[in-house]
Amino acid sequence: MRAEDGSLAPAAGRFVSGRVMIGSEMLLRAEGISKQFLGVTALSNVDFDLAAGEVHALVGENGAGKSTLIKILTGAYRRDGGRIVLAGKPIDPSDVMDAQELGIGTVYQEVNLLPNLTVAENLFLGREPKRFGLTNRSEANRRSREILGQYGLDIDVTSLLATYSVAVRQIVAIARAVDLSGKVLILDEPTASLDAAEVSRLFSILDGLKQRGLGIVFITHFFDQVYRIADRVTILRNGHKVATRPIEGLKRIELVSLMLGRELQEQEAHVAEPVDRSQKPVVASFKALSKNGQIAPFDLEMRAGEVVGVAGLLGSGRTETAELMFGIHQPDHGTIEVDGKPVTFASPRDAIAHGFGFCPEDRKLDGIVEDLSVRENIVLALQARRGWAKPLPRKEQEAIADRYIEALDIRTSDREKPIKFLSGGNQQKVILARWLATDPRLLILDEPTRGIDVGAHAEIIRLIGELRQRGMSLLVISSELEEIVAYATRVRVLADRRHTGELPAGEISADAIMRAIASAEDETSGGGAGEGRAAEILREGTA
Amino acid sequence: MIGSRLFPLATTFVIFILAYALCYAQFPNMLSTRVIGNLLTDNAFLGIAAVGMTFVILSGGIDLSIGSVIAFTGVFLAVTMGEGGVPPLFAILLVLAITTAFGALMGAMIHYLAMPPFIVTLAGMFFARGMAFLISTDSVPIRVELYDTLQDLYFRMPGGGRLSFVGMAMLAVVVAGIVIAHFTSFGRNVYAIGGNRQSAELMGVPIARTTILIYALSSFLAGLAGIAFSLYTSAGYSLAAVGVELDAIAAVVIGGTLLTGGSGYVAGTLLGILIMGLIQTYIVFDGTLSSWWTKIVIGLLLFSFIALQRGLVWLSARRRGAAAIPA
Repeated sequence: MRAEDGSLAPAAGRFVSGRVMIGSEMLLRAEGISKQFLGVTALSNVDFDLAAGEVHALVGENGAGKSTLIKILTGAYRRDGGRIVLAGKPIDPSDVMDAQELGIGTVYQEVNLLPNLTVAENLFLGREPKRFGLTNRSEANRRSREILGQYGLDIDVTSLLATYSVAVRQIVAIARAVDLSGKVLILDEPTASLDAAEVSRLFSILDGLKQRGLGIVFITHFFDQVYRIADRVTILRNGHKVATRPIEGLKRIELVSLMLGRELQEQEAHVAEPVDRSQKPVVASFKALSKNGQIAPFDLEMRAGEVVGVAGLLGSGRTETAELMFGIHQPDHGTIEVDGKPVTFASPRDAIAHGFGFCPEDRKLDGIVEDLSVRENIVLALQARRGWAKPLPRKEQEAIADRYIEALDIRTSDREKPIKFLSGGNQQKVILARWLATDPRLLILDEPTRGIDVGAHAEIIRLIGELRQRGMSLLVISSELEEIVAYATRVRVLADRRHTGELPAGEISADAIMRAIASAEDETSGGGAGEGRAAEILREGTA
Repeated sequence: MIGSRLFPLATTFVIFILAYALCYAQFPNMLSTRVIGNLLTDNAFLGIAAVGMTFVILSGGIDLSIGSVIAFTGVFLAVTMGEGGVPPLFAILLVLAITTAFGALMGAMIHYLAMPPFIVTLAGMFFARGMAFLISTDSVPIRVELYDTLQDLYFRMPGGGRLSFVGMAMLAVVVAGIVIAHFTSFGRNVYAIGGNRQSAELMGVPIARTTILIYALSSFLAGLAGIAFSLYTSAGYSLAAVGVELDAIAAVVIGGTLLTGGSGYVAGTLLGILIMGLIQTYIVFDGTLSSWWTKIVIGLLLFSFIALQRGLVWLSARRRGAAAIPA
């Protein structure tokens, strides 16, 4: 089920037949869209269509290709293959302005307006009404009030945009995009920073736009919002289209399985043998750890010789959990105990000093130092723990590097090669080696197998098992359910930024994990959009 | 309550009134049309250049070349009209064309080469100063009929004060600046780029054209300031107007324009110029103070204005944070 082995493409084909056409003539049709970045395929032969008066949700995990597809539709990227047809005419937008003039307007996640201009100036920037060759402010203000009135917004349009809340700015951005483009509106995670009431308001505005015949593409990773607002949903995974389904009649568990790439009822052998946890010493315990708006309070006891798998959808609080545990962010509440003694982590340095290690999700961004050699990358954490005043002797560095290059089978022509010339899998192994060199007692791995080839994938899984047997305590975050099943001795399930459940050793299977995620997502979204995730976070925040 | 947008401008205005009241309390003569007329005349060239600088800073940039451009303009006019025998009106048009093109070139380099304005205009500063020296290293007097006519042209204000031609020119430039800043698409685009260049681009602001126009405008006004300066001194000298760009930046900042761009008023720059002029006038009236006190007071004013701007940014960030989390 991994992208690298190409097994997804045929599966995608099967689901396409299930697509329901809404009317014969689509407002927007993208066919066979492909895009590569430096030889890496970001999108492969993706079809997407949008009817007038429809909200079409686009979902998928990180790196599924959602934003690449959107950027191609809006002209921010040029496609490598495929064609786009808007209202019956093939189009080829060369930049954002071009797409806007053709009728495709976009509101990005980070609202792209200018807080230092007034509301009216933001609405009319680039197309100011003129009188006698000069801009006619009163006309712009009048028309702005008129436009915003359609959205039920009665604000002083002569005030700076900066004086209004994110929600108001979002509505202004939508109003501008609709007024400018008028056919297709693309919303890229528009609810990310809105509270529950604001989300409701945004949705009633979208309902109104649907009535007016606009086609709306809605990107989100909040399931309840997909069900609240969308007519159809398209699921992307690893740059392929998995399926397009009408929302009506689509069960939540089906949607989860489409996103995670598994079909139901598939049985998996549980590879990791059960561990009698009570016999093992507690390495660290985290009690009621929480951070406002990031993760609800959770308890976690990490024992030696166990692998805690962390499962949940994108945005469920997986990485946030790891970052609190490692001192990257500081918790608002809760305590951390190492060997039974309370500790506080002001920064990752403190966590490292207590024998913690952390391999982050995005190794390009947070992990490797591209221009340093394999050796330098391996000794980095060890050196940091010793303090920079006491450099490791060169001989010792070389010995450590050679040991791990051999032990982890890191494929490099020599240890002094800059790490950027290594393949993704080997880079990942270097980062793993970096932490192993510090001989950590607790190692946190965030998506350790993302973007590496199948062979290296199996090796990482084998390595995790070995480390556990040697008595290390591991916390592994992964979107790959089979992978979690293969190494976890228990599984934490996260949804909606809270820890919703745990599967003990005997009950771990990909199926069980998926059901746990789906039921947790269901539970937390009871009561419709108004009572969605934003409300949860707010409640947690005030609790 | 005054919105945070107008607050820096209002502060500048209050400071100006207070300062003038203090001066008046000590030297009642300072509240006369003569003093006001001289204030405008003495600072005319600086005011004209500072209007251009206002646009540059509003867009988030900086123009270090204007002092050199003023000197170049003066020397160019003195030499072409004197030795060269070029008709004065033609020489003036020619020098304005040269300075405008020079500014456009700097703007194009800033945009297309993606170079920081600081570096490009620093190069422009050396280049223009060098060109002035190339034309003449001496102070060249200007003796043409047009200059005599313009120097004798003034509007007599009640109370005997004279509003000179250069003073009127500065006021006209300020008014034109206000119109351009607030009533044209170009003006909007300048504020937009200063607010957030990337957002402005996504919203369809023509970044290249606007950037080139901004620096062209600044250099054009520096050329105009050079003409005003040569009218004021009746000479062109390649060592003149050293550091005027810094005075102009000071006036813009004291006038309440954010150095980070995107917020400010041309009218504020006029107030900034008048405050700086007022300090100098006070020192002249006092007669015992060293002229360096001008620099010291301007320095203190700048410090307090930068602190004020920081405070405002901090306040609005806090308010925005509060708005995002309803209580």
